[in-house]
Amino acid sequence: MSSPLEAPARARRRWLDAGTLTPVIAALLFGAYAALQMRWDWLGNYYPLLLRGLGMTVLLVIVTSSLGMLLAIPIGLVQVVGPKWLALPARAFCTVIRGTPLLLQLWLLYYGLGSLFPQFPWIRDSALWPILRQAWPYAFVGLTLSYAAYEGEVFRGAFKGVPKGQLDAARAYGMSGLLTFRRIWLPQAFKRAMPTLAGETILQLKATPLVATITVIDVYSVAAQVRQQTYLTYEPLLLISAIYILMAVAITKVFARLSGQGQDNTAFRKS
Amino acid sequence: MEMLHADGIRKTFGNLEVLRGVSLTANKGDVISLIGGSGSGKSTFLRCLNCLEHPTGGEIRVDGDAIAFRPDGHGNMEPASKTQMRRIRARLAMVFQSFNLWSHMTLLENVIEAPVHVLGVDRKQAVDEGLRLLQRVGLYDKRNTYPAFLSGGQQQRGAIARALAVQPLAMLFDEPTSALDPELVGEVLKVIRELAEEGRTMILVTHEMSFARDVSNQVLFLHGGLVEDAGPPAEVFGNPKSERLARFLGSFH
Repeated sequence: MSSPLEAPARARRRWLDAGTLTPVIAALLFGAYAALQMRWDWLGNYYPLLLRGLGMTVLLVIVTSSLGMLLAIPIGLVQVVGPKWLALPARAFCTVIRGTPLLLQLWLLYYGLGSLFPQFPWIRDSALWPILRQAWPYAFVGLTLSYAAYEGEVFRGAFKGVPKGQLDAARAYGMSGLLTFRRIWLPQAFKRAMPTLAGETILQLKATPLVATITVIDVYSVAAQVRQQTYLTYEPLLLISAIYILMAVAITKVFARLSGQGQDNTAFRKS
Repeated sequence: MEMLHADGIRKTFGNLEVLRGVSLTANKGDVISLIGGSGSGKSTFLRCLNCLEHPTGGEIRVDGDAIAFRPDGHGNMEPASKTQMRRIRARLAMVFQSFNLWSHMTLLENVIEAPVHVLGVDRKQAVDEGLRLLQRVGLYDKRNTYPAFLSGGQQQRGAIARALAVQPLAMLFDEPTSALDPELVGEVLKVIRELAEEGRTMILVTHEMSFARDVSNQVLFLHGGLVEDAGPPAEVFGNPKSERLARFLGSFH
């Protein structure tokens, strides 16, 4: 017996959907307009600087997200299982960093610490001074602390969210605390945190232009420089917008790949 | 040969006395069922045996190895030697009511986890043994599947394979079928019955009265944190000495 439901379903090509196609066509048209009608001759002079700025932005995102995540794991963990004297400072750190603008933190670090340091001769005479005199260490530290505070909260929730039964099973089979953490608790918390981390890392990318305010040359600061020197406003801004979008897409892909691990149903991986 | 001996186990949570001195001896091949109403302390007792709950008082001996205790600072006792406790736990395999298979690992990874990482078994050997155990509980085809994609009955059979993988001295079952849909209970009981028949030492907290009657050689009825009645199943079920037990058993008909 055949029913109308069994009529051959026509497979629709998803990329032909109006919803996907419209923005693609719009972007192509806009790109063509921009290429033909706007001025791009400055690129010849500025591309080495642009590349340098781009390198700094990429480095900032990768380094501060990685270091920030390494800090975030203990910050989240001690708030769930740690003794009070560790949990409270961790909690306070998250509250303060998340409660103040990143711009302010960068300025306090760079202008505050940066002007405090030279007053101590032992710092000024130290081997580190040539580095501490520059702006980029403060940018890296500021962005790392910011990421650590936000992700510390994410990991706190992720650690808490792992069901107690999962840890019971680990204890019941004789795992030590460290082994339980390494084999069961951390991997499961990571999996829970992953979707949030992807979004947060994109936010981290978009926070990087703030470092331009403490004289670090990132990709945004190059655009600002082009505007000052050539009086072209939109061309450099449009270009770096496209660059930021591409980087955000790349971050999404990296995290999709990371959280895809251990999900597939067939692969039995050696650990 | 004595495998597991618990003597006078007490446990209080704050002011609540959950266990008021429960004792049990399991010799090799014994299948002991713990029955009782909810709140009678039977699950807590089971969890005290491998110290997932710190008992307040009492003694525990596993395969002749007495667990050394010290005060844990909360009015209970904790194992004095973590190494000893881990060694004992690794050989007292537990099967949980809610399965508790590790959700980020495939079935096979679950089964080989404790042998490889706790007992130090060679990985290849653990995989061979794990596959054999999965075959045995009828889940060979699901070896690379994550727990979330399995039915409750399959998860519990997988959890039993995980328990068998550590070559346990005794197996602790904490209401292994209580979280299952009725039509899935049978497949799990069948596996447990086979284990009982091959002479495994098992302690079983259960609400499946007819199953307890069939498989066990000893039944303990707990009430209010005490053993109210105990003996061979024919006696306990056929001729309950305590009125409470009679009423409890009556509630299942």
